[in-house]
Amino acid sequence: MEYVIEMRNIVKKFAQKEVLKGVNLKVSHGEIFGLLGPSGAGKTTIIKILTGQLQCTEGVSTILGQDTAALTSFVYRKMGMMMDNLGLYERLSCYDNLKLFAKIYDVPQGRISEVLKQVDLAEAAKVPVSKLSKGMRGRLALARAVMNEPELLFLDEPSSGLDPQAVTMIHQLIRKEQKRGAAIFLTTHNMEEAGKLCDHIALLNEGKIVEYGSPKEICLRYNHQNKLQIRLLDGRNVVLPNGKFAADEVKEYLAKEMVETIHSTEPSLETVFMELTGRRFE
Amino acid sequence: MKNMIAIFQKQIKDTLKNKSVLVQFLIFPVMSIIMECSIHIEGMPEHFFANMFAAMYVGMAPLVAMSAIISEEKEKNTLRVLFMSNVKPTEYLAGVGSYIWVICMLGGCVIGISGGYKGAVLLSFLVIVGAGILVSMLIGAAIGTSSKNQMAATSLTVPVMVVFSFLPMLSMFNESIEKIAKITYSQQVSILINGMGKSGVNLENVVIISCNLLAAAVLFGYAYKKSGMT
Ligand SMILES: Nc1ncnc2c1ncn2[C@@H]1O[C@H](COP(=O)(O)OP(=O)(O)O)[C@@H](O)[C@H]1O
Ligand SMILES: [Mg+2]
Repeated sequence: MEYVIEMRNIVKKFAQKEVLKGVNLKVSHGEIFGLLGPSGAGKTTIIKILTGQLQCTEGVSTILGQDTAALTSFVYRKMGMMMDNLGLYERLSCYDNLKLFAKIYDVPQGRISEVLKQVDLAEAAKVPVSKLSKGMRGRLALARAVMNEPELLFLDEPSSGLDPQAVTMIHQLIRKEQKRGAAIFLTTHNMEEAGKLCDHIALLNEGKIVEYGSPKEICLRYNHQNKLQIRLLDGRNVVLPNGKFAADEVKEYLAKEMVETIHSTEPSLETVFMELTGRRFE
Repeated sequence: MKNMIAIFQKQIKDTLKNKSVLVQFLIFPVMSIIMECSIHIEGMPEHFFANMFAAMYVGMAPLVAMSAIISEEKEKNTLRVLFMSNVKPTEYLAGVGSYIWVICMLGGCVIGISGGYKGAVLLSFLVIVGAGILVSMLIGAAIGTSSKNQMAATSLTVPVMVVFSFLPMLSMFNESIEKIAKITYSQQVSILINGMGKSGVNLENVVIISCNLLAAAVLFGYAYKKSGMT
């Protein structure tokens, strides 16, 4: 098995509405893969197909080498999942929520406190879920998703609606999971997050993958301008072509210690994706 | 088996904090104790309140609890998370079902004892109640499985439960209702309990309860096939 996730020509129709129009995707072992797209693009639908919660209309998809139309316990035991509706037991405490899954996954009870600590919920262990903030609920769902040390982790918008501190913690946990050897498939509409966290990203727009690569590759690909932007200490802004013709001028500024900042003008992921989709993500 | 026990234990903790289900389990046993202890009218049949409440309990508590628990798990998406963690639908149903059956049997025990039943008679009382609980649970499971959320489940549960739990009581006062009510399992439970030590069990009782059980199982099977529990 070369890839942990493969989707080939996936089409999904809801009634007459075609939500996915031939999606192709590959995710390798141990990588953090980000699926980006504006809301309504079909990100959740893709996760649901991959985890066997929905059947696709056409095409073939596999995870961990198994067809997603007929997943078996072999795969269920090796995957973790956090969906947008978290699926927590409201009346049970954080600890009791995890205890149920510790039994189901056959992991020792000690693992419960371990994962609670990892998401900084150790002090809230006895608090019922109904009394938790949105951010805490998200973290609890994440703790449950990594409980069984999955080989493949699905996270549907893990950081949406969370405060910056919680986001940082979630990113740390995701990196830790990667170090342990897990592959992570996450969706987000936050460019900055995707750029920092992901090894590869794919942009989904109107049911199709319109761009794929590492964040850096993608930005470079859209570097149409290919210019250097120099801000001088005297306040002037100089824009030069990025080439040997500019070398003397740049050298001169540097030699005279006139440079305040110097940038290449390659676009950010955000501007690339706005160019591609014609709209701003929210 | 391990998953079934995990669900069973989860359910114990959850119900202690779930007032609307807890009330279902407690109300008739408590009413039965109060009435049996406080009201004695000349010429009233023996075990009157215990028998009446037992039949109502059978038609109400297991049905409402089963449907409420399943539909809530569907609504809150917890059921899906369980299935994606390698819990089989049969394991889930066995866990929740065995839990409700055990609790309702305890409730039945309280009602029986409050009515003054002892020894072998108490045992027959429990066998009859236990069979009735099973039918109610299957009907509740069918409703819970076919409903998208708790609201939808409740709007189906209430009329169904009123019919089954009140028919036995109404039959005491109206003969034409009694004739129709005979084909329901809850009325048969009532007949059997009232006949304990007198008329005993005849084929008709067994056949009707079995038919009810079968019909409820078919109903559940249909609901399960249609919605697949998620
Ligand atoms: N069960 C469904 N029935 C009909 N339409 C659906 C269903 N689920 C999703 N959709 C539609 O599919 C599109 C993609 O939804 P979704 O995958 O949730 O988008 P995203 O997660 O990218 O925001 C939306 O237009 C949504 O309305
Ligand atoms: Mg979504």
